[in-house]
Amino acid sequence: MGKFMNAIVVEDLTKRFGNFTAVDHVNFTVEQGELFGFLGPNGAGKTTTVRMITGLIKPDAGRASIMGHDVEKDGLNAKQVTGVLPETSNAYIDLSAWQNLMLMGKLYGLEKMERQSRAEDLLKRFDLYEKKDVAVKGFSKGMKQRLQICMALISEPQVLIMDEPTSGLDVQSSRLIRSMVADLNTKGVTFLLTTHNMEEANQLCSRIAIINKGKVVAIDRPEVLKRRIESLHSVEVSFNKDVPQGDLSALQGIESVEKMGDKFRLYAEEPARAISTLVDYTRSKKVEIVSLATISPTLEDVFVAYTEGR
Amino acid sequence: MSGSQLSRALAIAEKDIRIYYLKGPVLIYGILFPMFLFLAFFLGRGMSVDFLISGLISMTLFFTATAVSPVILPWEGSMRTLERLISAPVSIPAILLGDALASFIFGIIISTVPIAFGLVVGVRVFSPVVLVAAILLSAFCASYLGMLFSTPPTNVPSNIMMITNLVKFPLVFISGVFIPIEQMPPWGRTISLFSPLTYMTDLMRYSIQGNSYHPILLDFAAIAIFTVIFMALAMFIHIRNMPKRL
Ligand SMILES: Nc1ncnc2c1ncn2[C@@H]1O[C@H](COP(=O)(O)OP(=O)(O)OP(=O)(O)O)[C@@H](O)[C@H]1O
Ligand SMILES: [Mg+2]
Repeated sequence: MGKFMNAIVVEDLTKRFGNFTAVDHVNFTVEQGELFGFLGPNGAGKTTTVRMITGLIKPDAGRASIMGHDVEKDGLNAKQVTGVLPETSNAYIDLSAWQNLMLMGKLYGLEKMERQSRAEDLLKRFDLYEKKDVAVKGFSKGMKQRLQICMALISEPQVLIMDEPTSGLDVQSSRLIRSMVADLNTKGVTFLLTTHNMEEANQLCSRIAIINKGKVVAIDRPEVLKRRIESLHSVEVSFNKDVPQGDLSALQGIESVEKMGDKFRLYAEEPARAISTLVDYTRSKKVEIVSLATISPTLEDVFVAYTEGR
Repeated sequence: MSGSQLSRALAIAEKDIRIYYLKGPVLIYGILFPMFLFLAFFLGRGMSVDFLISGLISMTLFFTATAVSPVILPWEGSMRTLERLISAPVSIPAILLGDALASFIFGIIISTVPIAFGLVVGVRVFSPVVLVAAILLSAFCASYLGMLFSTPPTNVPSNIMMITNLVKFPLVFISGVFIPIEQMPPWGRTISLFSPLTYMTDLMRYSIQGNSYHPILLDFAAIAIFTVIFMALAMFIHIRNMPKRL
């Protein structure tokens, strides 16, 4: 068990609710220092997987370990090295932010000085210090979420497991959290995070697993995944006046057209040819092209391709 | 349980006291409720004050130590704070111990109210040592009984409250609180053997009146056995049911 030990190992993890299989033989490993993204549509089984890894619920089959500690047999040690941000948990609303953090610090066995100095740093960093003695009842959603992140960080864990850390937050709070994630990751903290925000996953994650209907359908680096679906080229174009969508889809070499606000997204096998027919069309109709860009597949395209039963 | 888990249990107890026990309604309920029950049954029945006070102490202790502990876990399940707690490196027995400790401390503190009341109306304590030992052991036993009440995997605190009261109230009537065991019919005496409150009340009687129905060592032993059973059952069932709560 040296430096290159995997931080999280998930083998054949399976969970059934009645006769519905929510998580179906999921396998993946997260190396130490990696920032691993777990993506999937609503109900795909992300939270259920995370809850098994964090020891909240028992798998029906398979196993998981964190830093070499089996989450079932050696659960306390696995939890000791892990910080968790559950999807739906709450801080104690009758306690203050400070009291919540002190409680978490004690539950992780931190010394008083350590607890206090870390809590102070975290609260300042997450812009909650002024409100540290206010009962959490009076916090906004974003403040509560930031507090919960502080609670996950107080033990300075080697592994952080976060289920949708930025969902429902404003731009500032999301940025704050993303920069914290990136920052800790450069310091060597391993992350497993779920998100519905493709841009976030694209920016942050070094590797991604896409889960659909309980099964992992793709695992790789974001750029590799994008290259894999490159047959789907597209061109984004906007005009100086309205153009009927039907005209565009009728053009040769264009397979489908999507209207996106004042722009159109044209899908084509050969984007270069599509552009030349497009230019011919605009000349004949006396329409000007305002903007034109070829778009390589985004993570969102990858996601859609893998989760819409391709 | 390891020392580190023990100190984490204390952190949980501290949290419980802050959140659940220092609320006015809980305190008032813990004191007023047994008082009312007591007055309703005793006014004008010509029992001795010593008998009354010893019953009141054991009943108050029993009611307060089982008042909040049964609803902590369902409440935390529904408020989604339990998820956070279980994600932390603290074992389920340590969580139960923390909740039970809070309830233990609460029971002990509140039991001073009927004791003080008794002293004011002129009751003399025959054996302070037995009184203190009995209060400590009884509070611990009742606290774990409270934890046992919370084992059904529901997150609706009122459901648990109902179950709790369905058990607690009948116990009061078969445990020699209102009617001395000696005056019960034989079947009543047999049933009373199965109630931990019987032995608690008997010890209070001894502490104050100087005589008891059972030998006091048997009372202590019986409460200790009940405690072990309640602890073991509460741990076993909570460990099994916890995932259903999350
Ligand atoms: N306790 C439970 N009992 C029954 N079914 C459950 C339970 N928990 C989850 N499920 C089901 O398992 C499936 C996966 O749920 P899960 O919460 O893991 O999805 P998710 O990928 O996290 O979705 P989201 O993106 O909406 O958070 C869903 O169909 C859900 O209804
Ligand atoms: Mg989820």
